[in-house]
Amino acid sequence: MSQMFPLTLSNLSVRRRGKSVLGPIDLVVDQGGPLMVIGPNGSGKTTLLRVMHGIERISEGTASWAQSDQANHGYVFQSPVVLRRSVAENLSYPLELINTPKPQIKTAVDHWIERIGLTKVKDRSATRLSGGERQKLAIARALIRDPDVLFLDEPCSNLDGQSTREIEALLLETAATGTRVIMATHDMGQARRLASDVVFVMGGRIVETGSAPDIFSVPKTGELKAFLKGDILI
Amino acid sequence: MPMNDITQGLLAALHLIVTFDAELWEISLRSLQVSLTALIIASAIAVPFGTFLAVQRFKYRRLVISIINALMGLPPVVVGLIVYIMLSRSGPFGVFGLLFTPWAMIIAQVVIITPLIASISHQAMRELWAEYHDLLISMNTSKWQRIKTLIWDGRRNLLTAGLAGFGRAIGEVGAIMIVGGNIDHATRVLTTAIALETGKGDFALALGLGFVLIGLALFVNIAIHWLSRTEREGRW
Amino acid sequence: MIRYFMSVVFLSLASLVHAETFKMAVTTSFENSGLADVLVPEIEADLGMEVQLLVVGTGQALRLGEAGDVDAILVHSRASELAFVADGFGTHRREIMYNDFVLIGPKSDNALIADATSATAAVQKIAEAKATYVSRGDNSGTHEAELKIWHLANLTPEKFDTWYNAVGAGMGAALNTASAMNAYILSDRASWLNFKNKGDLALLYSGDPELFNQYAFLPVNPAKHPVVRYDLAVQLEEWLTSEKAAKLINGYMINGETLFVFNAQVQ
Repeated sequence: MSQMFPLTLSNLSVRRRGKSVLGPIDLVVDQGGPLMVIGPNGSGKTTLLRVMHGIERISEGTASWAQSDQANHGYVFQSPVVLRRSVAENLSYPLELINTPKPQIKTAVDHWIERIGLTKVKDRSATRLSGGERQKLAIARALIRDPDVLFLDEPCSNLDGQSTREIEALLLETAATGTRVIMATHDMGQARRLASDVVFVMGGRIVETGSAPDIFSVPKTGELKAFLKGDILI
Repeated sequence: MPMNDITQGLLAALHLIVTFDAELWEISLRSLQVSLTALIIASAIAVPFGTFLAVQRFKYRRLVISIINALMGLPPVVVGLIVYIMLSRSGPFGVFGLLFTPWAMIIAQVVIITPLIASISHQAMRELWAEYHDLLISMNTSKWQRIKTLIWDGRRNLLTAGLAGFGRAIGEVGAIMIVGGNIDHATRVLTTAIALETGKGDFALALGLGFVLIGLALFVNIAIHWLSRTEREGRW
Repeated sequence: MIRYFMSVVFLSLASLVHAETFKMAVTTSFENSGLADVLVPEIEADLGMEVQLLVVGTGQALRLGEAGDVDAILVHSRASELAFVADGFGTHRREIMYNDFVLIGPKSDNALIADATSATAAVQKIAEAKATYVSRGDNSGTHEAELKIWHLANLTPEKFDTWYNAVGAGMGAALNTASAMNAYILSDRASWLNFKNKGDLALLYSGDPELFNQYAFLPVNPAKHPVVRYDLAVQLEEWLTSEKAAKLINGYMINGETLFVFNAQVQ
């Protein structure tokens, strides 16, 4: 299951319209607990996530998994994307894509609907859910195929405290089952709560990486120190 | 006096309907048959094509979209002439003997309404694709899976596209006059009958038939909307 | 849904299976007379032949005959018919019956044609008065007859002023326009009698032999288009020139007026 790790990004750059958005960067991601990607807004966090997931066009360099043909990822976008269908149908969709037998689909969908607490609205159109409900649905949908990696791009940035708490609990449970959670966030409190590893991105470059205790207690670079202090970095 | 003509037309329409006029039923049924068949065939071509255009990037995509939009402005009479030339005994497909049969009319109407349905479908699918783009790519869907998902989730807008095509088809007269021949008991439909009665100067009857045609089109539209509403509340 | 498809397919196939279908292009003048509605059922009863009439303008009828899309044509345009046969598109030309053309105009008759002594005199008066006139302008049999009268009166329509309106349309449409414009117009008698939008128009002049209008039956040449039903055309021609047809044609009336005179020669 986890033979796909490590993911190696080598001399990787992403350019859009001539401007460098990310890179050049080098990074090795192995198995582990939640990996938080932190940094100021516009620093390239989203791009980094999309590159790792494989949905961003790379201008230079490589991004490769040890065994890429087994890639099974989930991805949650900052603004929750739901299909114009019912909650239950949103959840069954990824399983239908891979031709899962109907009884299995039903079991999985029922299980996840309960886990995210949307049983009462399982037949309601997903477009009529609140922001928090939608994001939980998106996460459940991303997890329903039991992926090796779950990418999340600032999923709680527009949500209230209650939803955030529920989602963080869900993510910690997920990490505990062996799925690598890789998440971008600008909420430093959230980073501290969830991280076991951290990547600090600024101006499209990876400035510092390390385990959570190291990063938060003994930051090495000046930029990270300033960032952790709360300075606005340009 | 014009207003008098309209009242007479309404009365003529009522009279035809209430007395179950046999010829009226015959040509109305034929109108429906021809246009509904054309709608089904045209949609089967136009909807996947419009969706494909929304989803697939290729070099001449903009050109193709422009061509489809331009084709919408094709005068139906011109389409009729071209189809006639194709189906004529002296033409390439004359051997099938389709000229002056309902199938010739269906073919002409398919040619006329396919660009319209494709264009509206494409617009609808483009919007939906913008919404679903990141998600579907992230889930590693195949092109075919994307098309199926878009068509299913966008089906209400596609229905609107279909109804627009149907309206265009059932009101069409120029092309089907040429390729159908308006033959009594064979290829006469509501619109060609209206043209015939107008030419005879029988405005009241022509108007009457016109009101029946409008009623028919309304009925189909309402029926479709009612069907789709029951889908929304219940489960299909 | 599938059943609907099947029934549509079946119904259209059924029309192909129908044994003796004969396609004939006829002019709008002939259809408007209503005579077809009398003859067609009799033909079906006697010959077992379903005659499908395509009611088109003379030009289109000839064109359909040339293309082999119909089995025969029934028109009233002698010059074009002769050319049709000469060019090999039709096997021959058989005269069946004639009706006549009439001059229609506003009841007020500002050109005073009602007491003209001849057709040419009547149209001369119209030209002199520059009275509003509507012409078919579509190279139909009626149009050709109209042009013939102008030329007999030594007038050239091409040089006429705006009082002369060539509308390029069938008889009914042209009559509608004349009615709306309160104009003079040459029409075949049958179309006029059946016309339901007369407005302020009336029949002002008729009777000149120059206004007689000969209908002829022309089978499409099977040598050019082997697929046409020449066998049926032969049967139909025999029927159309029979005594029974003569009776039906001579006896056909609108409002107590006969319209056609049967004049097929025995062969």
